[in-house]
Amino acid sequence: MSVVVVGGGPAGVRAVQCLLAHGLRPVWIDEAPRTGGQIYRRPPPSFHRPPKALYGFEAGKAMALQAAGDAAAAAADYRPQTLAWDVSDGVVHLAGPGGSEALAYDGLILATGAMDRIIPLPGWTLPGVFTLGGAQVALKAQGCAIGRHCILLGTGPLLYLLAYQYAKAGAGIAAVLDTAPGEARFRALPKLLAQPATLAKGLHYTVWLRARGVPLWEGIRPLEILGQTRAEGIRFRDRTGAEHRISGDAVAMGFGLKPETQLADLAGCAFGFDEASRQFLPLTDGEGRARGTAGVYLAGDGAGIAGADAAELAGEQAALTLLADQGMAVSSARRREIAARLARIGRFRQGLEAAFPFPAELARRLPDAALLCRCEAVTAGALRATVEKRAQEINRAKAFCRVGMGRCQGRLCAGAAAEILAAARGVELSEVGRLRGQPPVKPLPVALL
Amino acid sequence: MSGQLLRLAETGRRPIRITAGDRTIEALEGDTLLTALLLAQGHLRLSEFGDGPRAGFCLMGACQDCWVALADGRRLRACTTLAEDGMALEPIP
Repeated sequence: MSVVVVGGGPAGVRAVQCLLAHGLRPVWIDEAPRTGGQIYRRPPPSFHRPPKALYGFEAGKAMALQAAGDAAAAAADYRPQTLAWDVSDGVVHLAGPGGSEALAYDGLILATGAMDRIIPLPGWTLPGVFTLGGAQVALKAQGCAIGRHCILLGTGPLLYLLAYQYAKAGAGIAAVLDTAPGEARFRALPKLLAQPATLAKGLHYTVWLRARGVPLWEGIRPLEILGQTRAEGIRFRDRTGAEHRISGDAVAMGFGLKPETQLADLAGCAFGFDEASRQFLPLTDGEGRARGTAGVYLAGDGAGIAGADAAELAGEQAALTLLADQGMAVSSARRREIAARLARIGRFRQGLEAAFPFPAELARRLPDAALLCRCEAVTAGALRATVEKRAQEINRAKAFCRVGMGRCQGRLCAGAAAEILAAARGVELSEVGRLRGQPPVKPLPVALL
Repeated sequence: MSGQLLRLAETGRRPIRITAGDRTIEALEGDTLLTALLLAQGHLRLSEFGDGPRAGFCLMGACQDCWVALADGRRLRACTTLAEDGMALEPIP
C-alpha cells in the first residue's frame, strides 16, 4: 500500500511516526530542509543558540518533536525541500531537488499547516512590513529583528508571544497594538480555563511585557502604515476613537492564523463555511477523514486552526484512521484518548476565538485606493467595482479584476477580498464563496513542468 | 541606505560574500538571501506594477513577494534560499 504524507510539522511528524510503528513506510514530503514545521522550525546548521533561547517554554516539546522527526525521517522515504504542487486523480505531483515526480497513492495525509491571517491596510506593501509569523522566523531561524523600533499589530496569541520573544532577544518594540478589546479576554476566560497551563503562559507574556514598560494597546483600529518607500510608523485610533501616530521602522502584522488548504482543495475535499472563524474550511468526519474524496486525510492546522499540541494528536489520529480503513489493527483506546484530548483543546480554541476576534470590519472598510492584492496590485476599489459587472461570487470577481490571481494564489488577500465583496453586495460572507485552488500551489521553475 | 533587518544573535558564523550587480554584500553562512540583502539595504525588488519597492512579507515561502534574480537569469525565492559564498545576483534597482 502506498501512503504519502505532506508536511513536516507537528501533525506530519506524528502521522509518519504512527504509520512507521504499524509497519508502513510512507513517502513523506516536506518543503523545509528539516522536520519541525514553522512552529518548531530549525535554524540552518551553522547556528548555535540553545533550544531554550529558540523555543522558550516550548523548548521541551520542540526537542521531542524534532527528535521524533529525525528518527521518522531516517526510517520513512523522507523528501525534504520538496513541494507537493498538485493532487489529482489519486496522484500527488512533486517538485524537489531531484526534479519532478508523480506519485500514485492509496492513502494521502495532508498536514499542510497554516500561515498568518492577513487584513490588508493602506501601506501594507511597504518594505519593513512583515507578518507576525515572518517576524518570528527572522528571529528564530536567522537571529535578526525586522527593524530597530518594531510595531507589532493585529490580534491573537502570536502577537504577545512575538512581543515577548523580541523583547527577550533585545529587539526594540515601539508598541504592541491589539485590535481586540481587553474585555473580550475576560469574557473568554471560562473556555480558556480548559487549558490552564497555556492560559498561564499567555498571561505571563503580557505581565512580563507590561513590567518592562512595553506599550500595550488594546481595542485599537489601524488606519494606515506610514511611509513613502519604507515603513516609518503607523496611524491608528484608540478605543475611544482618538487618533494616534507611533513611529517605527518595521511593522509585523497578523490577525490569527489561516490554514493552508490549497492541496485539500485540489484533492477534491469538500469545504464548508465556518461561522466562528468566518472562512471556508475543508470538512472532516472528526477522525481525520476528508469528506468528498476517498483516501484523503487531514490533520493539524491545515484542516482548521487548533495549534501545535492539537496538531500532534491530529496527525496520529489521521494515521490511525487511515490504518483502520486499510483493515489494520489499531488501538481503539488510543483513538478514544486522542479524541477526548482534542475536544478539550477545541474548547480552549473557542475561547481564543472569543478573546481575539477576527476584526472583519477592518477588511470591509478598506479604503478604495488601498492595495488589496499585493501580487497583482489590485485595489479594494477595483474589487468593489466588479459588483456593477454583476460579480456574484469571488471567482467571478477574480476574473474581472485579477484579485487573488497572482503568485501567492490569494493566500494573503482572499479572505479580505471575500469580506469586501460580501459587504459591497450586502450579502452574507458565505454567499460569495471561496477562491478555487489552482495548480501549481506555489510557483515552480519552468524547467520542471 | 541602512539595512531593514537588525542582527541580534548568532554572529560567530563564517563570513561569506555575495554580489548584486557590482555591489558586494557581506553576509554570514546560514543567512538566507533575504536576510543577507535586507541587512545591507531596505528592499529586494521593485513591484512590476510601479507601486514601489518590496521587501518580502511572510518569510516562510507563502507570499512569493521576495523573488530575486541571479546574474545567470535563474530566479530564486529569497526567504527560502540560503546565500552561498560567491553567489552573483542581478543588481537590485
